[in-house]
Amino acid sequence: MLEVQELSVSYGAVHALTAVTFAATPGAITAVLGANGAGKTTLLRSISGLVKTQSGSIRFNGQELVGKTVEGIARCGVAHVPEGRGIIEELTVEENLRLATLWCLGRRERERAIEETFALFPRLTGFRRRHASILSGGERQMLVIGRALISRPQLLLLDEPSLGLAPLVTAGLMALLRDHTVGTDMTVVLVEQNARSALSVSQRAVVLNLGEVVVNDAADVVAADSNLRHHYLGF
Amino acid sequence: MRATLRNSTLVRHGLFFLALAVVLLVLTSFVFDPYTNYNVTEVAIYAICTAGLTVLTGINGQVSLGHGALMMIGAYTTSVLLTWHPDLPLILMLLASIATTGVAGAIVGLAGARLRGPYLAGATLALAVALPQVPSHFASVFGGNQGLNVPTPSPPAFLGGDFSPEQWLAWITLAAAVITFFVLANLVRGATGRRFRMVRDNEVAARLSGIDVARTQVLAYIISAACAGLAGSLFAYWVTVTSPSGFSLNLSLSLLTAIVIGGLGSLSGAVIGSFILVYLPVWTGGFASSLNLSSNVANNVPLAIYGIVLIVAILVFPRGIAGGIASIARGAARVIPSSRGPTALPAAPESSQ
Amino acid sequence: MGLFVNITLDGITNGMVFAALALALVLIFRATKILNFAQGAMAMMTTFIGFTLLNRGLGYWWALVAVLAIAFVLGALVERVLIRPLQGKSELNPVIVTIGLLVVLEGLAGAIYGNSSRGFPPAYSQSGLTIGHTKIAFSHFDIFILVAVLVLMVGTLALFRATTLGLRMRASAFSGEISRLLGVRVGRLLTLGWALAGVAGALAGFLVAPTSSFSPYFMDLILVYAFTAAVIGGLESPVGAVAGAVGVGLALSYVSGYIGSDLAPLGGFVILIVVLMLRPQGLFSFGRQRQV
Repeated sequence: MLEVQELSVSYGAVHALTAVTFAATPGAITAVLGANGAGKTTLLRSISGLVKTQSGSIRFNGQELVGKTVEGIARCGVAHVPEGRGIIEELTVEENLRLATLWCLGRRERERAIEETFALFPRLTGFRRRHASILSGGERQMLVIGRALISRPQLLLLDEPSLGLAPLVTAGLMALLRDHTVGTDMTVVLVEQNARSALSVSQRAVVLNLGEVVVNDAADVVAADSNLRHHYLGF
Repeated sequence: MRATLRNSTLVRHGLFFLALAVVLLVLTSFVFDPYTNYNVTEVAIYAICTAGLTVLTGINGQVSLGHGALMMIGAYTTSVLLTWHPDLPLILMLLASIATTGVAGAIVGLAGARLRGPYLAGATLALAVALPQVPSHFASVFGGNQGLNVPTPSPPAFLGGDFSPEQWLAWITLAAAVITFFVLANLVRGATGRRFRMVRDNEVAARLSGIDVARTQVLAYIISAACAGLAGSLFAYWVTVTSPSGFSLNLSLSLLTAIVIGGLGSLSGAVIGSFILVYLPVWTGGFASSLNLSSNVANNVPLAIYGIVLIVAILVFPRGIAGGIASIARGAARVIPSSRGPTALPAAPESSQ
Repeated sequence: MGLFVNITLDGITNGMVFAALALALVLIFRATKILNFAQGAMAMMTTFIGFTLLNRGLGYWWALVAVLAIAFVLGALVERVLIRPLQGKSELNPVIVTIGLLVVLEGLAGAIYGNSSRGFPPAYSQSGLTIGHTKIAFSHFDIFILVAVLVLMVGTLALFRATTLGLRMRASAFSGEISRLLGVRVGRLLTLGWALAGVAGALAGFLVAPTSSFSPYFMDLILVYAFTAAVIGGLESPVGAVAGAVGVGLALSYVSGYIGSDLAPLGGFVILIVVLMLRPQGLFSFGRQRQV
């Protein structure tokens, strides 16, 4: 259970987030939607500790995350897939996966988890020992999602996973995400520009505008509200 | 409108530097003792060179660890010309040194325009070490390791018989420094300076707005080298012997450290840095010799203190001493309520949100 | 022919010493994007400490171990105290701080030991080996240098390629932020990188001290050559640094042997410029070419 309360972040005099409050429950995908500059990425970056917060609290399973280091938060079971360049291109595909297991899995579990990930994304198997830089956009997204899931996170933060992907690939990705979330104890926060596809797999939706929460409701309620869609979601 | 503004800057700078020249003239003629004049001359020489380096590194963003080598080209131009034609007037020596070093700067700049950051640093570092080997090897022209003697310029007769050559050199050097700073201050303020800064801040953006990046970088190198050449020529007169050992790697590194601890990118920082470069060893040397230490310790204490000052200055004033003074002044200004809003917001680190 | 062989052997030995120091520079550069100008001075300082230990009667091997251990601590200390506070500020500030450290260490060593050069004992005989009936300019000590640096290089390679610690170090060098998101304690690894670089540099100093004029400045020129080698090798590639170092060692040896030893630094400069004009990011930089 992720509970964000009265969270405020500013860069100098620019308020990126103002008193943001919402909760995300395990076994469900919570979509965070909004226009460019609404504060979605900042929200994810403050949960994973990459951005200094001004005030407010971020509690995960009762534990306060504000004030912890980035790696400390990761070691609480938080996996953050950043927007765009989330892979380390100079490492091989397998090394990218292995890196994510080092702090949480033993030697034998580690090898098994890597094999499972390759089984989940067979396309990556051929690139196993190649530098990740040669992967295509869709393959990169498979790698970062696989790398996030390999550490069996309690909380998965995804930043624009559909960016630059073909619609078919996006649909597959979303379905995979839903299969790995619903019925498990993993909490997922999905930041998306592509509101339509995000709402199709989410259970809850939080809409941000200029750093403030304007809507916090069930995903199908948000999807059905044409006024809201028109104003904030652009479809 | 624009022309008047530019003219007014020019006039303002002109008046300021004229006043400065008068003050310096009075100080060097009536106030300073010969030893102070000697040290002030050294400060002015370094200030000329570091001002040029400020334009290159601080304003155009190209690192140079090899400005000592460029000073050496200026110094040897003057020294070799003097051994061939001892009667040529001093002003010709200065101009010739500016010219040869400017050409050398163009060559280095052409090579350097292809290089970035650490690669440029590495190349200029190698230059600083390699160039002093040339006069050692070609001893017939450059006098080898012993070097070439440079006679101190004698003051013109109308100044009177008891006017010392040291004072005359102080006048010449300070005049050269004032002119250099006047020229550079206007350059930095004007369109050229703006282009230099644009290339430093964002090469791609500069290229998109029609700036020839490579040409701008070479131009910055030529200007910077010309200053180094002038400084080198005056340095030759000041030391009176031009030898390779005067232009060690230490000189190049000292010049760079001076502009950074003075305050990168501001001409006043170059002056502060040069002052520290000259006076810190003078003070610490006096301090060390007053303690009756063994010669090993006494000789090395100024060095160690200089290093400590460098480290502490950067840790305490990450933006140099000129920057530190500016931010203290800004802090003081903030105490007095002002009607202006907050200035210069830091850019949000998000790129696409 | 004999001259050529001797010059070549000499070049390889020098190249190996440059390689150890170049490796130190690359270890630090690729993790922190900082050129450590004090690397040579740090090695000088630890070599002087070793010199004192040897004079106090400690055996050569114990002194070497002690020196490497001290270098490890010194490297870590420099990172924590001087370099860490500079994070995220102007990229010239670390340059100045490392130059400052260089000056402090040279001043300190000069104050304690004096500026004049002295002899440093080698581990093995420095007189040339005899093969058949000809004596070559290659001694037992030169063999020791080769072996010691090879052990260092193989050890570094094994660390980076075959251990998870090495994987973590490479990952945090390439992308600190992503590594931290994956639970890697990047800060500790940076400290470890500086510590290991300290060890590599100290080994170079300890090995080269007997063959050079051992004074507080004895590493200055070697540092410049190591820089040249590291820049030629592309600054981020340990293999490139070693290849560059052997190349520089050989080239300097040929210039000294056939033209004149005072022109060796000029030769190094010419090689560097030629390489950089052909490939402005060094010979072994594959990773960064995408950036236009």
